[in-house]
Amino acid sequence: MLELYSLIILMILGSLVAIHTKYLLSAVISLTLVGLILCVTFLYLQAPDTAITQTIVEVIALVILIRAVPIEKDTMGRKGAKETFSAVVTTIFLVLFAFFAYRALLDLPQFGFPLMRVSEGYIREGLVKTGSANIVTAVLLDFRAYDTLGEATVLFTAILGAIIVLRKAGRK
Amino acid sequence: MKDNKGMTLIVKTVIKFLAPIVILFGVYIILHGHLTPGGGFPGGVVVASAFILLTLAYGTEVAEKKMKRSLAALLESTGALFFLILAVLGIFLGGWFFSNFLPKGEPLKLLSAGFIPLANIAIGLKVGGGIFAVFLALVIFRVAGEGGEEQK
Amino acid sequence: MIFFLSFILFLIGLYCVLIKKNLLKIVMGIVIMEYSVSLFLILLGYKKGGFPPIVTPGVEGTNFVDPLPQALVITAIVISIASLALIISLCMRIYQKYKTFDITKIRKLKG
Repeated sequence: MLELYSLIILMILGSLVAIHTKYLLSAVISLTLVGLILCVTFLYLQAPDTAITQTIVEVIALVILIRAVPIEKDTMGRKGAKETFSAVVTTIFLVLFAFFAYRALLDLPQFGFPLMRVSEGYIREGLVKTGSANIVTAVLLDFRAYDTLGEATVLFTAILGAIIVLRKAGRK
Repeated sequence: MKDNKGMTLIVKTVIKFLAPIVILFGVYIILHGHLTPGGGFPGGVVVASAFILLTLAYGTEVAEKKMKRSLAALLESTGALFFLILAVLGIFLGGWFFSNFLPKGEPLKLLSAGFIPLANIAIGLKVGGGIFAVFLALVIFRVAGEGGEEQK
Repeated sequence: MIFFLSFILFLIGLYCVLIKKNLLKIVMGIVIMEYSVSLFLILLGYKKGGFPPIVTPGVEGTNFVDPLPQALVITAIVISIASLALIISLCMRIYQKYKTFDITKIRKLKG
């Protein structure tokens, strides 16, 4: 339990550094640090499939983000009455949001004792019905293959959009 | 040196030995997706990351020779079509959309689990091709005033 | 209250999106929010003393953690990398047109 708390607090500190530092490159690197701590947390929570995916996607996200970042300071944090006002309003909104979310999160099942009404069936019958030893793959590609089909559609659309936005014909 | 594009000689030599191993690891993850942690999504990204390594070390031209952007986009579309064809075949052979129509085989062996390995291969092709295509598009794109192209 | 800690991570990302004026910082806020959501889902499926949901030969028993959130989070992570590439390509187009990442200046140039 203590390891889990310390990992998540480390993630919170890393994201604070990422949003407050002036240099964009170090912000990207601390963001990647947060992602890598996230995959250690996944391993601690017994989710190896997710941890593998998160690790590799994290590295590629680092490459993509560094491609976009110019090597210069982020000089957009000007101080003024307007900025202070907006910061105060945002903080009040976030505190209210956190308060109501805390009340809502109290209704969740206790940590470590999940409600597994659907998943119990998957675990019991997964190996027999699909023949796949990895229950996550069985859920992904057999029990809930519609989700995967929708995911493939979203992925296709996003990649199509990125290639069309970056095409050469529109470079005038 | 004939080609002084890309990174230094050390990086190039290491990548030359490393890239096939990374591709092999990705193929392993895809094919064993129903037995060990992994599957089509991480495996496809691993294969794409091997080509991304080549692109970073050798420059865009060499990587384009190995795997063209049109080829990567074609692989992505092939994967998506393959996945859909598997799903539609389920209607005719199994009775409903996405029914597992192939024989299950013996559990915990490589050739088991019906059409799940085939679907893993389809997903791996799709994810790997898509991510490499979008990475190449991002690398080739040049903002004016950056790199070789001067701002007018 | 470990769920609330992951919610704090979400709030940090939301603060970054609302306050910052740099486009890339806004993108980073979105990425932090994605992390927190996937962390929350995996935390929700954790079972005390559970094993990874993979049947191993020679090991009996089905004391597994919840496999359903893990499957959903895998798809969410892969979608997040594709949408990140889309967002970054839009940002680079904006930089090419306006030569800046400052959203207030971009709004002024719109005319």
